[in-house]
Amino acid sequence: MSEVEEDAQALVDLGRSVVERAIEAGADVAEAGVHNGSHLSVKVRMHEPELVEEAGSRALGLRVLVGQRVASTYTSDLSEPGQRTLIEDALELARLSESDEFAGPPDPSELSSESQWQDLDTFDESVSQISADEALEHALRGERAAFDFDPRITNSEGASFTRARGVSALITSGGFAGSDHGTFASIVVNPVADDEGGKKRSGYHWSASRHYADLEDSAAVGEEAARRTIAQLGAKKLPTQELAVVFDKDAARSILGLFAGCVLGGAIWRKSSYLVDRVGTRVASDLVDIVDDPLLPRAPGSRAFDGEGLLSHRNVVVQNGVLKTYLMDTYCARKLGLRSTASASRSPAGGISPSTSNLVLKASSQSRDELIADTKHGLYVTSMMGFGFNAVTGDFSRGASGFLIQDGELADPVSEVTISLNLDQLLQRIDAVADDLDHRTAIASPTFRVSSMTLAGS
Amino acid sequence: MTGRYHAPFSEHGSHTVDADIAQRLLRLALDKGGDYADLFFEYSVSGSYAYDEQILKSARRAVSMGLGVRVMKGDATGYAYCEDFSFDAMKRAAETAAQIAAGGKPLAPLEVSMRDAPSRYPVSVESLDVEGEAKKAILERADRAARAADPRVVRVDVSFAESVREILIANSLGHMAHDRQPLIRFGLRVIAEDGGNRQAGSSGGGGRVGLEYFEDQTPEWHAEQAVRQALVMLDAREAPAGEMDVVLAPGDSGILLHEAVGHGLEADFNRKKTSNYSNRVGEGVASELCTVVDDASLRGSRGSINVDDEGQLPVRSVLIEGGVLKGYMQDRHSADFFGTTPDGHGRRQSFRSHPMPRMTNTMLLGGQDSPEDVIRSVKRGVYAKKFGGGQVDISNGDFVFSLTEGYLVEDGKITAPLKGVNLIGNGPDAMRNVVMLGHDFEVSDGIWTCGKEGQSVPVGVGCPTIKIASMTVGGTQVAGG
Repeated sequence: MSEVEEDAQALVDLGRSVVERAIEAGADVAEAGVHNGSHLSVKVRMHEPELVEEAGSRALGLRVLVGQRVASTYTSDLSEPGQRTLIEDALELARLSESDEFAGPPDPSELSSESQWQDLDTFDESVSQISADEALEHALRGERAAFDFDPRITNSEGASFTRARGVSALITSGGFAGSDHGTFASIVVNPVADDEGGKKRSGYHWSASRHYADLEDSAAVGEEAARRTIAQLGAKKLPTQELAVVFDKDAARSILGLFAGCVLGGAIWRKSSYLVDRVGTRVASDLVDIVDDPLLPRAPGSRAFDGEGLLSHRNVVVQNGVLKTYLMDTYCARKLGLRSTASASRSPAGGISPSTSNLVLKASSQSRDELIADTKHGLYVTSMMGFGFNAVTGDFSRGASGFLIQDGELADPVSEVTISLNLDQLLQRIDAVADDLDHRTAIASPTFRVSSMTLAGS
Repeated sequence: MTGRYHAPFSEHGSHTVDADIAQRLLRLALDKGGDYADLFFEYSVSGSYAYDEQILKSARRAVSMGLGVRVMKGDATGYAYCEDFSFDAMKRAAETAAQIAAGGKPLAPLEVSMRDAPSRYPVSVESLDVEGEAKKAILERADRAARAADPRVVRVDVSFAESVREILIANSLGHMAHDRQPLIRFGLRVIAEDGGNRQAGSSGGGGRVGLEYFEDQTPEWHAEQAVRQALVMLDAREAPAGEMDVVLAPGDSGILLHEAVGHGLEADFNRKKTSNYSNRVGEGVASELCTVVDDASLRGSRGSINVDDEGQLPVRSVLIEGGVLKGYMQDRHSADFFGTTPDGHGRRQSFRSHPMPRMTNTMLLGGQDSPEDVIRSVKRGVYAKKFGGGQVDISNGDFVFSLTEGYLVEDGKITAPLKGVNLIGNGPDAMRNVVMLGHDFEVSDGIWTCGKEGQSVPVGVGCPTIKIASMTVGGTQVAGG
């Protein structure tokens, strides 16, 4: 057995023992999630090491049902008294809870087992081998590349490199036992430039991957960070107007993230989403296809089974602009009279709720540059600020910065404006999608254009 | 000793940490030649209850504990932590953190002793020690009141969170300090429906207090507030877009100050010269009406602390006085850099994180104007009553805030409710444009959590009615703007 397999087995054994003890103590259903992680993170600033942090951690989450009364407990204290408190508290709290007719584990026939799980290639042993010195060298190189790129880079918020390794196990009294492991490496560079009027401009760029070999070169990350920072120098407001808005892939991902929150079954039965009663209706322009795919190899949100033990599968959420399904766990599915989409996610603290895995807006064949060239007058948004979104109504209004698009070319930098439009209309007004999709993030989108939004400025 | 949850490292715990153990660990931490080391022992227990569809649907509790060891050498920090208090585990953490200073010489032996801390939490019985039924009853009362308030209320979600965080800090300067920080937070959210129109409303509060909190701010009162907000929003119209006068309501609006000014005054950004307030102490940075303080000593407030997470005893820090920048909020590292004393702003999310300068209760003090006069002075603008949250770019002070409740002001009168209002601006510009301050200073009820570099800490805010001349309002109605 490899080291990681041994770790996984130890977690399965611990989880099994806690589940058995909870059942003995009076639980009708018991589910234990056990995690074991370690990480190294380093930060440099102005060419000197600023932080080296290294630690491992373990955690145990328990969820119990007594009848249909639910409670969950969590502890980082894995000692015998710690485990005892975990189990006793769970049972005490379950007896305080009130019976919920929809609560309960999935039917045992729905549970998956090892032979069905795909290898999603999310673990790379070489990531856990990265030493503090090696990590520092990456961060130093990234920051140096940012300074070397342009003399107007005069300061730095620093550069960080992090590696992490995690192993987890899920054991349920319904008969599920599974474990999962993954690694992650990331680098971020955050340079600062002086702008006119004593203002400073801070920008950043990053790379992250499951496998060490997939990580972008640190110098390239630093250069791109510098390029983005310099490009924002001299940014100004624009006059208040209606105009076309092109979201670059980072900004587009953030829009897709808002949609993700509204398509989860929990938001639907709580009536906390503008997408209530919208399955089968148009929710985006026909250029838009959105898929939740937990089975993408090496992707950040991949999982072979969901947080309740169901076999993961691909869900088509939006097809040609029409909403095909919500994303649901067992509880939400029962509330809505539907079937689980195997989208359950279990938090370390023991709660279960539906979540996206890798939510992807499908790329088209047009390049980003072609899309910009095809835009006569518009705003190219590279970053957004603030939390101006109301999921219940879909009202969206956020601060934005980026560039003016004039006659098909990126022109002056823009900041301190807000862009507003109801999300329902925003997605329906998408009139161009680019081909620049990547899977650095669990929610991923290519660049897209919205035909018209309200910009508030000077 | 009463109560159910106690730290293993406390006096009667299973792994009591005394001065002797602290000294041994600190020596190990400095064994490679570090300049400074500290130990942060933490034991925290939190509970939460969710009342939903007229039942107590779930109850949760979590225990988290460990030791964080920090070693500093020049500007470099070594950090490591462990999650059990066996000496071997703690020793390994100390040795790992010590590596940052590899190659140096160990310091002379040191001695630590306990500091006396003030007591700022008016709590007779910690919420976690109160039987669950009592908390369930509070949630039921809120639910019932919200449902009874109006037939258009279609959903009610009530939540209650309670925690206690026991900390023990020892550092190589010889200080040891202890604190036990209780905290509660109540929240209620309703959805009202009228025809096809659906709107949410919410209300919440709490602080470092016990369940006595609900004697003044009753569950019924919160229900009324949330329902009123949702019903008002059902009639809300599209917000105007463009520059106009903005009046901020007292209390809650302090979050704008927290974001727009507070973060830029945290000393780490100024040490690194990445804040727009860098090198500007003594300069006018706001209208002369403005005095801004950060005060950890407010009794029972969500942001209050007896001891910070570096073992310092926090004081009231005057940040801006009469518009002039007086100083920054310091942690140990930045205080060393600026040649001043740490003033109790070193905070961290947990033992898993290193401390940095953070706010506690950040407040813009009251002025001379009556709130009615402030509104009356506005020809066309926005009255900001409740905030949903905000964000700031520290490097230049640009900020964005979204309102959950805002109104149009026309000819000196508050008229129609507005939906989807964002306020966008620049911290220093907004502070220079403060033209009136009410005499109605209020501290916000305890709901705010501040995030910085991935670490969350509870904070308080406060302010009077504030008039800011000309701010960008991000709405959708161009023609009206």
